[in-house]
Amino acid sequence: MSASAGAPVRLRGLHKRFGDTVALDDVTFDVAPGELYGLVGPDGGGKTTLFRVLTTLLLPDAGSATVLGRDVRTDLWEIRARVGYMPGRFSLYPDLSVEENLAFFASVFGTSITAGYELIAPIYRQIEPFKTRRAGQLSGGMKQKLALSCALVHRPELLLLDEPTTGVDAVSRREFWDLLHDLQASGLTIVVSTPYMDEADRCDRVALMQKGRVLATDTPRAIGAAFPRALFAVRGAPRHATIEALRAYPHLASVQPFGDTLHFSDRRAEVPPADVMREVEAWLQGRGIREVAVAPITPGIEDAFMALMGDAP
Amino acid sequence: MNAIMVRELTRRFGRFTAVDAISVDVAAGEVFGFLGANGAGKTTAIKMLIGLLAPSSGSARVAGYDVLTQSDAVRRNIGYMSQRFSLYDDLSTRENISLYGGIYGLRDAEIRTRGDELLQHLGMEPIADALVGTLPLGWKQKLAFSVALLHRPAVVFLDEPTGGVDPVTRRQFWEMIYAAAARGTTVFVTTHYMDEAEYCDRLSIMVDGRIAAMGTPAALKAEFGVASIDEVFVRLARPATAAAGG
Repeated sequence: MSASAGAPVRLRGLHKRFGDTVALDDVTFDVAPGELYGLVGPDGGGKTTLFRVLTTLLLPDAGSATVLGRDVRTDLWEIRARVGYMPGRFSLYPDLSVEENLAFFASVFGTSITAGYELIAPIYRQIEPFKTRRAGQLSGGMKQKLALSCALVHRPELLLLDEPTTGVDAVSRREFWDLLHDLQASGLTIVVSTPYMDEADRCDRVALMQKGRVLATDTPRAIGAAFPRALFAVRGAPRHATIEALRAYPHLASVQPFGDTLHFSDRRAEVPPADVMREVEAWLQGRGIREVAVAPITPGIEDAFMALMGDAP
Repeated sequence: MNAIMVRELTRRFGRFTAVDAISVDVAAGEVFGFLGANGAGKTTAIKMLIGLLAPSSGSARVAGYDVLTQSDAVRRNIGYMSQRFSLYDDLSTRENISLYGGIYGLRDAEIRTRGDELLQHLGMEPIADALVGTLPLGWKQKLAFSVALLHRPAVVFLDEPTGGVDPVTRRQFWEMIYAAAARGTTVFVTTHYMDEAEYCDRLSIMVDGRIAAMGTPAALKAEFGVASIDEVFVRLARPATAAAGG
């Protein structure tokens, strides 16, 4: 272990404001060595601002941030040399070939493609057959793999990925996460942001972010388990009438569509789940809803996120 | 008559067939999900349906007009909204409404009346004069959808309308989609959120330029013997992406 023994990322009370917009509001968390850590939340959550602070491209207004044991305010050159960063927007030179892009990033960091080849090989081999093609003419999936190769070519100790899967189809997203798990297995610490709540489950721990604030930090399972009420999956036909009927239910706490079901919770903590299920079934049937089915379910990240959004000021 | 009728629609670029003889019917008032992996041909197909790209062969009628010979009429009778392009950030909400109303040939009085209704319905009257660039993404997307419906088109095309939007706003957006469909508007929507695919009346999944599966979400899940559209999607798209090297 190098001088960075301890948390690769350590944030304490980080604040950043752009004019009237609060981009980061009291952000505090640690990322452990070798962890795959997710920043999960919608656009405007502060994820990109946080990456820009971690990469020393932006100074925080208040609070402290250390990356690999170094202060982002004073040790920017060392941090930049030891961190790999893949920004959200396409970050390559479209007029350079695949190989030229990679060689350029290697030379900026004083290394070569050959020296860094072992780490990037599993990813770069997939685009190597097209190494003479201009980066601007690659497909979306190939651009993503090249950008990741460029972020890894100098063998960083910490990999920062800003929304690598945004706008990417569900299958390619799964494959990208498989790739991140392979990289993590090689010992790399990874911080990755995503607006897709379902991807939180692919991380060891996550910070849920909304409007610059961290709503919660924990393992995905623990965040789901912190959902404040018993949760039920409700089905009924017609679907929209079922939503309307649940909204009129006198003890309603929340109802949200989830795929082909509705997630429903009851305000009364003291009523046993079995009784809630019977009452809700009777309520829906009494309103002419057909094919009613109510079953208890385990809350997930998206349930927890919406509950926390409701609590946020 | 169906709002969208597509017959053997094909588009080739040189030797590459981006869209390969697809056929789809979408009924008036239907919410139709148009899914597929990146590079499967969705964008090319949509460009043909909105009259921006001529088919190599086959035909399509949208809102009753032929996309090749009556593309102007097609464009006047559809709404279009995408995640990337929707409104002008440096114009106010009201100015955006006026601009789009004008482009779609509404009279000044119509623009005023419908614009006021729209602002009231969205609860955006107090910020009607704020620059759109200063609004939160969720509001922008709801406004963009309403503006795309301002000229009361028969069909509205939504290209990844909810990307990056928070989970509560995403669901409010789908309520707006249902409300538009209930008024008879046909909705043709693409998304990468597989839970949203379940909200569609019917959907198709494109693989390598062809429609590999089409039906109600329930029928597709039954056909593939799986519990979610996500799994249907993976079954269909995985072999294709593996063959194409990602």
